[in-house]
Amino acid sequence: MSDLRTNFVGIESPNPFWLASAPPTDKAYNVNRAFEAGWGGVVWKTLGEDGPPIVNVSGPRYEALHGKDRSVIGFNNIELITDRPLQANLHEIAQVKKDWPDRAVVVSLMVPCQEAAWKSILAQVEDTGADGLELNFGCPHGMSERGMGSAVGQVPEYVEMVTVWCKQYSRLPVIVKLTPNVTNIRQPARAAKKGGADAVSLINTINSVMSVDLDSLSINPTIDHMGTHGGYCGPAVKPIALHMVSDLARDSECEGLPISAIGGISNWRDAAEFLLLGAGNVQVCTAAMTHGFKIVDDMIDGLGRYMAEKGFASVADAIGRAIPSLTDWQHLNLNYTVKAQIDQDLCIKCGRCHIVCEDASHQAIRARNNGERRYEVIEEECVGCNLCVTVCPVENCLTLRSLTNEIDARTGLMVKPDDKLQWTAHPNNPMANPDP
Amino acid sequence: MELIATAHSGQPGVAPGRLEEEDCQRNFCEMHTPLEGNAARVEAERCYFCFDAPCTEACPTGIDIPGFIRMIANGNPVGAAGLILEENIMGGTCARACPVETLCEGVCVRNHGDDRAVNIGLLQRYAVDEALEQKPTFFTRAEKTGRTIGVVGAGPAGLACAHRLAVLGHDVVIYEARSKSGGLNEYGLAAYKMLNGFAQREADFITSVGGIEIVHDTVLGKNATLAELQERHDALFLGIGLGAGNALGIPGEDSMGVVDAVGFIDELRQASTLSSVPVGRQVVVIGGGMTAIDAAVQARLLGAEEVSIVYRRGLQDMKASIVEQEFAKIRGVSIRYWAQPVAVVLEDGRAAGVEFRTTGNSANGDRFVVPADMVLKAIGQGPHLVRTGQDQSFALEGDRLIVDEHRQTSCLGIWAGGDCIAGGDDLTVSAVQDGKVAANAIHNALSA
Repeated sequence: MSDLRTNFVGIESPNPFWLASAPPTDKAYNVNRAFEAGWGGVVWKTLGEDGPPIVNVSGPRYEALHGKDRSVIGFNNIELITDRPLQANLHEIAQVKKDWPDRAVVVSLMVPCQEAAWKSILAQVEDTGADGLELNFGCPHGMSERGMGSAVGQVPEYVEMVTVWCKQYSRLPVIVKLTPNVTNIRQPARAAKKGGADAVSLINTINSVMSVDLDSLSINPTIDHMGTHGGYCGPAVKPIALHMVSDLARDSECEGLPISAIGGISNWRDAAEFLLLGAGNVQVCTAAMTHGFKIVDDMIDGLGRYMAEKGFASVADAIGRAIPSLTDWQHLNLNYTVKAQIDQDLCIKCGRCHIVCEDASHQAIRARNNGERRYEVIEEECVGCNLCVTVCPVENCLTLRSLTNEIDARTGLMVKPDDKLQWTAHPNNPMANPDP
Repeated sequence: MELIATAHSGQPGVAPGRLEEEDCQRNFCEMHTPLEGNAARVEAERCYFCFDAPCTEACPTGIDIPGFIRMIANGNPVGAAGLILEENIMGGTCARACPVETLCEGVCVRNHGDDRAVNIGLLQRYAVDEALEQKPTFFTRAEKTGRTIGVVGAGPAGLACAHRLAVLGHDVVIYEARSKSGGLNEYGLAAYKMLNGFAQREADFITSVGGIEIVHDTVLGKNATLAELQERHDALFLGIGLGAGNALGIPGEDSMGVVDAVGFIDELRQASTLSSVPVGRQVVVIGGGMTAIDAAVQARLLGAEEVSIVYRRGLQDMKASIVEQEFAKIRGVSIRYWAQPVAVVLEDGRAAGVEFRTTGNSANGDRFVVPADMVLKAIGQGPHLVRTGQDQSFALEGDRLIVDEHRQTSCLGIWAGGDCIAGGDDLTVSAVQDGKVAANAIHNALSA
């Protein structure tokens, strides 16, 4: 088992698994249970400024996108920031940090875009002994209508401005939590860096309307026959989060800016993927909300074993190791050629590969041979698109075979491993530079 | 048809009320627990929606199985039922009685490896049951053609034929020998497969399309003749099924306690209370088909203490599938293979056992006796044609009518289907297909 201890912007934790700012981190009761279960840290549910408590709906605030077996694929919420008094939270944060000195306790904040408001709360949080701050510039519902949350995160100038205040009025490390509801995630991240942020965390939830009730003709969740958009998260958003995290990890202007990854992380595999694409640690919410805190056992054990197997002595060793494999389309090797191949011994003859290739791709899989039900790749037509592989229900039955020193039956051209060709140098590209 | 009530009178071993009615009702519960709502959708989701699906190819009526399963998966069971009934108007009975393990489910691609087939039968039942509950309009009749077709027999073949003809705009009169419609669905299938009067509900649904009149208690050769019917109608369809059970041809066969299994099941299906059906203490069933299994299992469920099926050949040769054999064994029926009856052993003129001789390659001619106070004969049924009383000369194969691919007999204007034709497999689903194919052929012939 490898060493899972992490040091993220100076905040130490026994493992890279933090609970994201959300209902599971709203009070000491839950956080104590989480730490007992083994979580490495928490980002306390977002605190707002002192005053009349936040009011949540008393109708449903969560909704899920279910798989047919009722597994939760996607999840959405219209809950606001903590609705408990500021002083109660601050008091509990201080006590929890005292009780769990080895765990990371970061406090999420969201107050109006006024210097005085931030200055006031920053001092109070610092007094709790918490390890760091996370600025909630992400929530896309409710608070954004009041000029906070994603309303700040969508304007790089505001991101920078508030980050500057926080660095000015607090000694604690500042993590800026980004909203994915932007055109280009690099802009707010660069602004955060410019403002002096110690790190960014992403992604917050995605704007979403979950479903329409086909009987009542109203959207879900329904509050007295009305609904509103909410923040979408859970396993379904992981690919979007992976893209945004890796996009920042590759951005030269964000170089050196640590990333705390959030977005559909449900198990150690998901976590490993984010680490390999540049995250310094990970935050989990939906998986804990839908399964309870115990899931961290599998995360810790699985990640430790995986890293040992791969020879990564520490989490730091693994960070960003898949980044070099990520590039732009124009730099892909256009001479690399694959063909679908079907293992006839494994094939159960469902024909799904045939029908998808027939209707949606290149008519490259025949269904019958001499009247017998037998699925075979027609290499003269196969472009190696992978559609058949994605629909084959049998693992390893349909695979892609890469051609080396072999004639591509479709093009009639020899495929040589050393003969690479990028679009930037392709003869069909009018902008190509033949001698790059 | 010989009824048990007379056959066993005076036979002390064969008696009603071996179990309380309550226990009988519990024993005769659903053979398979029906799928409902979410369970059906989860099961439907297991379907790979194969291209050119093997299950559809294996279905004698060619139901678009992946098509209807997709509709169930997407919460449209009534639409699914529409797709099923379009090809098989008796989709409800077939979902209950088809040997799916040898048909659609037997070829399901999910049988590979450690996986199991999609539960097509139960999914079909879910869809059709939902539809029969909601009663949407699936079929509207074409404009009336003014033609009338006579159908003999209100069993699966006859009802399926009549329905398709009615949809195509013809008027149909069905002549049925018994007092109820449904044929073997009503009189011949095991009670635990067809609970709650399903055969009648289905027959009512089929005739609700309109244009179908059923004349009951009309027996060809008794109170009707083929010639009369031919005179009266533009075309005829014979779905007359089979006649009396075959005889064993052994000494003692006519003794008290020796009964035709078909008659036993018939009585059981029509009994007002299950516990009123007399059954032996020790029952021997001779035969290897579905009737043997159904009779043996039901004898057990009625309270018979020992029930054996004795079959003259091996496990693989039995017409009843291995799944059906297992079903019987689990319910306490023992199956003995490779033995042939020699004589009914009598005591005071009543059956007391059956003497068997071993058969097959390893047979050494050994004889043994299985004690029995009730002997059920399930070695197939003879033809019905004797009762048609006609002078037409139908071409026959063995005892059954020879038909062409359109189910036309050798006699002009007469089509046939179901168990009475040659080359069939004695399944409800095949009878439905016969009726459907014949109806289309009759329609084409009359439209020509």
